[in-house]
Formats: sequence, structure tokens, C-alpha cells
Amino acid sequence: MKLKGADILLHCLQQEGVEVVFGYPGGTVLPIYDALYDSPIRHILVRHEQGAAHAADGYARATGKVGVCLATSGPGATNLVTGIATANMDSVPLVCLTGQVASALIGKDAFQEADITGITLPITKHSYQVQRTEDVERVIKEAFYIARTNRPGPVVVDLPKDIMAREIDFEPDPSEVKLRSYRVMKGVNSGQIVAAADAINKAQRPVIYAGGGVIASDASEELKEMAEKCRIPVTTTLMGMGAFPGTSYLALGMLGMHGTRYANYAIGECDVLIAVGVRFDDRVTGKLETFAPNARVIHIDIDAAEIGKNTAVHIPIVAEAKEALQALLPRLQPVEEMTEWHNIISKWKDEFPLRYGKPSEGRIMPQHIVEKIYDLTRGDAIIATEVGQHQMWTAQYYLFKEPRTFVSSGGLGTMGFGFPAAIGAKVGRPDKHVFDIAGDGSIQMNIQELGTAVQYRIPVIICILNNQYLGMVRQWQELFHEGRYSYTDMSHQPDFVKLAEAYGAVGMRVNRTEDVEGVLLEAMKVTDRPVIIDFQVEREAGVYPMVPPGESLLNMLGGDLDE
Amino acid sequence: MNKHTLAVTVENRPGVLTRVTTLIRRRGYNIESLTVGTTEDLGISRMTIVVEGDDTVIEQVSKQLYKLVDVIKVVDITHEGLVDRELVLIKVKADNNVRADIVQLVDIFRARIVDIGRTSLIVEATGDRRKIDALEDSFRPFGIIELVRTGKVAMVRGTSEDMKRK
Repeated sequence: MKLKGADILLHCLQQEGVEVVFGYPGGTVLPIYDALYDSPIRHILVRHEQGAAHAADGYARATGKVGVCLATSGPGATNLVTGIATANMDSVPLVCLTGQVASALIGKDAFQEADITGITLPITKHSYQVQRTEDVERVIKEAFYIARTNRPGPVVVDLPKDIMAREIDFEPDPSEVKLRSYRVMKGVNSGQIVAAADAINKAQRPVIYAGGGVIASDASEELKEMAEKCRIPVTTTLMGMGAFPGTSYLALGMLGMHGTRYANYAIGECDVLIAVGVRFDDRVTGKLETFAPNARVIHIDIDAAEIGKNTAVHIPIVAEAKEALQALLPRLQPVEEMTEWHNIISKWKDEFPLRYGKPSEGRIMPQHIVEKIYDLTRGDAIIATEVGQHQMWTAQYYLFKEPRTFVSSGGLGTMGFGFPAAIGAKVGRPDKHVFDIAGDGSIQMNIQELGTAVQYRIPVIICILNNQYLGMVRQWQELFHEGRYSYTDMSHQPDFVKLAEAYGAVGMRVNRTEDVEGVLLEAMKVTDRPVIIDFQVEREAGVYPMVPPGESLLNMLGGDLDE
Repeated sequence: MNKHTLAVTVENRPGVLTRVTTLIRRRGYNIESLTVGTTEDLGISRMTIVVEGDDTVIEQVSKQLYKLVDVIKVVDITHEGLVDRELVLIKVKADNNVRADIVQLVDIFRARIVDIGRTSLIVEATGDRRKIDALEDSFRPFGIIELVRTGKVAMVRGTSEDMKRK
């Protein structure tokens, strides 16, 4: 069968089960777009390539499938970079297809040429520049295989125009991917499992510290089973939100810089720490020397390089979280009753609940809005966020029940991520209400994607917690720079209601607590276009508790009763 | 700080050296030397990387390198019985008064003179690091005009089954 490179590409994407591509056309991807014209694969035309990368990312996080984005060479490809770095830091499987100038022009500084595989080298799991049309099939298969296996991550595939335009005799190769330099991790070291089970069975004050790896390896059920069988309290990282139901009596909420007091205290007091799919990030551990100082640490991770990277562990287990937990479960002795440890934690929960104050006239407490969204969706929605205070309030006050319902840029902390990611999540999960909880700063970073959401009738609800500040930076300036608010006041901003309407979206504004519920309910009834709700929130509300950077988790500001 | 020798087997593909060096730069590891060349299998290249750091650093370097998709194997061969060699070319000042002395030195080190100029000679030598250091020191009094070292290549003695995969 005679096929062009671009046709082979689309054939391969279909073989990989790709339903949707988020992209933006341009000169060097013309052959691919020509093939897309007749393809059953859905294409969502974004308004900026960064939006394509984040949308593919949100789609991947919400569905567990590999997200695909497509951009032209040069500026199209470089516009993907922030999105690729975001996915890389959070281990999200993406295949990023970039156009490239024709082979003969590569290296000649041709029009719209950029060395995208070079530029993205440190922020991808792997990358390819296809050299021959005959290689397209192998490369696409390998790219998807690498993106989704072991620790997932983004793979860039750079496609020169002539390679895509050239026609060859093509017979599909049904063989599976085989790479001698990349093997998919299978199995668990049984000796380590025995050691871990022994430590857990002997523990008086165990804590589970669960992260994104639990979600990536689809291990939430096993985690829940383990926690419930042994009555082990569970704290989750930002990336681990939803890995364990926030409504459980064993849930401690998030730990770390903006974790709950009881989660951080539990880490300080625990004698066995079961770290699953986590990487001991600085935002989680605070000062490393004082992190779980009395605990034997069990660390389960698929990535051997994470073991011992930031801190020494006692019982390392390099494996898929799911496999490791399955192996561990039958060896664990059930705990039938509440223990002294549960009493201590209950006391902390009573004494130091998450709490916030009252708003001033014409303002709403931002935490209250998150609580209302939780109440009205019963924790069933997919919540994307941007980055900043609103993101932390969401992690604190929305009790995530199931995995893949929280979509947020944890590692890179990318402002502007949430809205395009919410679009991607809604495309992947049209059955769910999808919110983007945003700040007034972040939402302006990819606001152009309103055009995309309106065009494709994607009903994402954007809740701007509008304090007219870059709130998180303002909070740091308040605490660590004597309140010198250097360039964080953003009160010069567009009328978000009119802006929404200009795009053909719905715009609403709320400044009274009693109106919050009604407006949210109204927004949830809209099914054919995005909604922006501009919530006028208390301008200088802070995120508390807070561990100052580099300090011990026990050294928290705010959130206690004397505040 | 200890020096470690890593034997890194990689796919012989465009960009693989860049992947390795980018990783090393990004993670801030301290590299003393890196050599790369083909092996008995044309599809596979072998790198010898001499890296400075304590055991935790070396473990991290090895694991991070192994994570690169094009890396087939990483072995820390520092504590293995190994043969390591480096090649050096030294252009040394050599007028008629000292030529005899230089030739004598060349003999002692089992080096070779590979080029003769009117006022200089180029000396070639191979050996382990210590020998090359000593050679360099011995020639310095004559006046070294130019010197280039390849960096170390190394191979474990015995069969490959002795090498533990990291």
C-alpha cells in the first residue's frame, strides 16, 4: 500500500488508540494537517501551542491515557516547551509531535527552524527526530511505549516536512516494541516486601505518605485496602490528591508547606513511614533532617533514581506501586481496634482543624468558595487549578474522593496550566463537571483558550478567586519581605465578565457570600459553553498553615487556635 | 572526594553523547573525563566517565544515566580489577643540547617520538593515569609547548559475567 509519511503517522496514532489531538497548524505540518482532514481522529484547534500541551496533559491526567499535541516547527514547537516541562515534572505521559523544516534545510537556520529535540532534551523522557519515512511507524510505537510505561513522561517526536510528504510502500508491522536499552519494570523483590511488612506489622505509629505514583500506577484501591486493613493514617502530596479518599477517617489531608497541622505532626511523630510513589520534594519535606526523624522509612517507587535521591531510606522497594502493594497486602496483620496513635491524631484534628476568618464587606473568603464547590459537586467533579494560593486552598478544602479528579501543576508550578488542562480533562471526561479554580493572575496567562472552549462548546467552569494580587507572592512578601508588595498588585485587570461575553462565554460576578451557591448552581447548568465566575475575594487572605521554606514541618505559621 | 570510573554502554545513535552530557551538566555532577568510542558491536558505543563524588553522588549519577532510554548499562568499575589507559601527545622544546636527554626519557617511559621538528619533538605515550602524570612532570623542565590527553578508557579484567549490572 502506497502511503505518505503523514498518513502512516495518523495510522499509527489510531493504532495507539488516540482519539484526540490538540494542535495548531503551520507551514511544516501542512502534510500532517492534510492527512488529518480525512482522519477520524478528532483535532482540537487551540489558540496558542502552550494551550495544546497543557490540554493534552489535562486529558492524560484525567483519563490515564497518553495525551497528544501537535505543533509546527520553530515558534510552534518552542511554545510547547513550558507544557512539556510541566508534564515532565509531574510524570504525565505525552507524545508531542512537532513539525520540522525539510531534512535538507536542517542546520541551515531555515525559516521557522528550531532545534526542538535539543531544546527539550533536559525536560523530556525521550525524544526522536525521524530521519526516514520508513522509521515513522517504529518511532511512533516506541514513543507511546516509552511515554506510558515505567515512570511516565513526555516524548517529543520531531517530524521533518519531507519525511511526512514522502510516499512509500507501507505494510503495517504488527510486532511489539522491543528495546534492549529500556525494559519495563516487572516484579517485586520479595525480601524487601518481607522487611517492609515486618516493619509495618511492628509499627505503633505508622503513617502512609502517598503521591502521584499511586495514581499513575492505578494503585488507589490497593492503597485504600492497606490503610483500612491496618488502620494506617494517610497523608497525600499535592500530586497524590485523590489517591486516597479525603473523606476517610484515616485521611490526614495534604502534608508539607501548606499541609494540615495534623499531617505534619503525624510525620514528626511516626515510627514507620510508608512512602508510596513520592519523591521527597522540598515543598513536602521542609528541612530534610527533621522530616520523619523517628521513623523507619519504606520507600516504594518505580524510579530507582528516586530512592535515596533526597534522603536516605531504610527499606527501598523499586516497583510499580500497584504490584508492591499487592505483594505487601497478604503479609500485613489486620489492626482491629483504634489505638493510642489514632487518639493522638484525633486530638490534633480537633485542636488544629483547617480554619479561616471572616470576610470584609463586599468580599468573600476564598476558602468558602472551594468548600461550596465541594458541597455542590459532592466531590465528584474534576478540579483543575492554576498555581498559587487558590491551588493550595483547593488542595486543603476540596476533599478529593477518587484518583484523576485533581489536575494541577505540582512540580513545575506552571501558572496558566489550569484552564487549558481543564479543557483537555473535559474532552477526555465529558461525563464530569470540570472546574478550573484560578487566580486572577494565572487565568490571564492562557485566557486566549476561551476561544477554543467556545468553539468546541466545552463547558468548563472557571472560578477566578480574584484578589487583584499575585496572592502567593504577596503572601511571601508580607511574611518575608516586610510587606513590601513589589509588583504583585494586579488590580489593573480586565472586566472578566465582559471578557467572557466578548468570547461568547458566560460571565458572572459575585461579591457576597450568600450568592456563591446560587451562581455556582447556575454555572453548572450551562452545557454548551465555558463560564467565567469572577469571585471578589478577601484581598489579603493567606494560605495557612505554612511552613517557611527550608524549615522543619513542625514549625508552622498560622492555623492554630491562638491566631 | 573519591574518583569513580563508570563504564557506560550506550546505543550508537545521534545525540546520545548530548543526552549524557546534558544530564551531567543539569544535575551538577563533577566530571573529570569522558571518553567515547565504538565497540565490537557497531550498534553500541562505550563511554568511560571519571566522576568525582561520594558514594551517594555516584549512585545517583549511575541511576540517572541508566534512566536515559539510550543507555544500555552502567557499571561502576572503580573497585574492579581493571586495565585503564590514557594516551598523551606532548610537544616539547628540544634543541640539540637536550635532545639526547629527551630520547633517554622517552625510552624510560616506553614512549615514542612521533614527529621531529627543528626545535621541538612530539612524544606519544600510553599508560595509566599515574604514568602519564609522571611523564608530564618529567618533560615539564624542558618546556612543554602543547599537551593533549585523551582521558581514560578502562576495561575490567576477566569475563563480562564478573561485571555487576547496576
